[in-house]
Amino acid sequence: MTDHHDFDKNYLENGKGFKSWFFTVDHKRLGVMYLWAIGVFFVLAAIASFLIRFEHLSPGQTIISAQTYNVLFTLHGAVMVFLFIVPGVAASFGNFLIPLMIGARDVIFPKLNLYSFWIYCAGSLILLLSLAAPVDTGWTFYTPYSIDTGTNVILVTFGVFVLGFSSILTGINFIVSMHKLRAPGLTWDRLPLFCWAAYATSLLQVLATPVVGITLLLLIGERYFGLGFFDPAKGGDPVLFQHFFWFYSHPAVYIMILPAMGIISEVIPVFSRKPIFGYKAIAYSSLAIALISFLVWGHHMFTSGQSKLINIIFSVITFAVAVPTAIKVFNWLWTMYKGSVELSAAMLYSLAFIFLFTIGGLTGLFLGALAADVHLHDTYFVVAHMHYVMIGGTVFGLFSAIHFWYPKMWGKMFDEFKAKIAFTLIFIGFNIVFFPQFILGTQGMPRRYFNYAPEFETLHQLSTYGTWILGVGFIYMLYTLFKPVGAADANPYRSVSLEWQMPSPPPTLNFKEIPTVTTSTYDYGTKVEQEA
Amino acid sequence: MASANPYKTYLNIWLLLMFLTFITVYAAEFDFGALNVPIALLIASVKAGVVALHFMHLKYEDSMTWVFAIYPLFLLFLLIAFSATDIFTRVAN
Repeated sequence: MTDHHDFDKNYLENGKGFKSWFFTVDHKRLGVMYLWAIGVFFVLAAIASFLIRFEHLSPGQTIISAQTYNVLFTLHGAVMVFLFIVPGVAASFGNFLIPLMIGARDVIFPKLNLYSFWIYCAGSLILLLSLAAPVDTGWTFYTPYSIDTGTNVILVTFGVFVLGFSSILTGINFIVSMHKLRAPGLTWDRLPLFCWAAYATSLLQVLATPVVGITLLLLIGERYFGLGFFDPAKGGDPVLFQHFFWFYSHPAVYIMILPAMGIISEVIPVFSRKPIFGYKAIAYSSLAIALISFLVWGHHMFTSGQSKLINIIFSVITFAVAVPTAIKVFNWLWTMYKGSVELSAAMLYSLAFIFLFTIGGLTGLFLGALAADVHLHDTYFVVAHMHYVMIGGTVFGLFSAIHFWYPKMWGKMFDEFKAKIAFTLIFIGFNIVFFPQFILGTQGMPRRYFNYAPEFETLHQLSTYGTWILGVGFIYMLYTLFKPVGAADANPYRSVSLEWQMPSPPPTLNFKEIPTVTTSTYDYGTKVEQEA
Repeated sequence: MASANPYKTYLNIWLLLMFLTFITVYAAEFDFGALNVPIALLIASVKAGVVALHFMHLKYEDSMTWVFAIYPLFLLFLLIAFSATDIFTRVAN
């Protein structure tokens, strides 16, 4: 912090040691620390999922007990959702990129940004402390079981409550930064689409997170003080918990996916050498998704006993979400049309995103249809659907970002060929894990079950073998990324976006002089690019 | 902020809040039946509104701040409206 004003040093060299990182207010360092943190939690939760899948190699007990199984799927879900994917792309790449993209030297409240990170660390620690008596409720903490179970629900939910503050403060920081710190000439209709997506995400973080915070406090109140919010014997309603929980957790799905959509909108034009098709449609569809996402939460509750009328209302509105999402997909495809497409590793992950997310999204329509959902609810079909969206969507988007901004972030290049091999393994492995789960679900295999009927064995085994391929691909990807093959230029992908018009890695204060923006962020294949 | 004598305004607002607190306590003495909760919420909302307008300076802010202040109320309305639609139209088996 002391040598904050050293323009010549890049952000990685500007200070060494634990203190220079843990007390930094540099948005880039905070972004990198978030990336490391979510990476560690991703690996932790992934190990849990490998054990879960290994257990399913055969019916009955294979390696772990039924209680350990319940604990592992709860750990997997809670860590993946609250420690990895919700902060995920927004906190890591959002922090790193937004000030660079809007032509600012930092976010508007740098100290608040650091504070958010500390809260994230504290919340994560509290959540992980619960491992002393691990929770077995699933990540959704549904009542009445979460009231009755003897495991450490209070500690986990309190951890999630604390994490919520980190999310809210980061959201506020991004929203105000984008309103107040945009460089001269960077009007809203020139703002990079990643920023639009991060803006929509931030709105959701600020507006939805308080509701889950209060809900979990009510749950703690009920467990600890015996208050009767959700207990019918005391005049409460267990379905009310689901209403409150999903009022946050459905928009949270878009907190997870919207920043990844922003990444795709940045990567595709660069590797298609064409301006993004339908800029305004993509930008506004992010806001439309943020708006509609608040109106569909009841589709998680079709079989909970909620009223038929509200079921029908939620089902109809759910179909409306498909519209802005499809607008994005069609615009990405149209951007590539007749473009000079280069299949780099980052582009491959983005293309896989479109393919897998479309499968995830369209199977969501099955689940949004009332009659189909009665059969598919709580089966492996749902598990497959949400993993196609969350891994096929968000994680592939994150991997695309890690490869695309790798030269900018680290000032080095990775081996493209090896990265493509890793991509191939991950893509194949992922589909072998999760596609059979669609079939298992339609055949009636329930989710979160320790045991299964013998007729499901082949598909379960296939799914487990897929995790091994996926695991090897993931380890190979890490190996590739940790073995850079040389220094990177300032702009190796010839992007016209602002963050590439500076040295790699960026200087501590980003811009010596705040730039004036005179063109669109996506002027590929035009006169502007040729001049640049 | 823009007020000529902010301290006088703050004092008046504080007195108003104290008065509304008195009303809250006084109203709790009576049983209005189904209206118990709506009446308590109405008084609390007036108090919250006065705090937001004056102590939190919303009254002197631009339209963008108003949008950010009003929109969560709309979401709260949605949360209550949809949940209530479920609860009041549920048919017991």
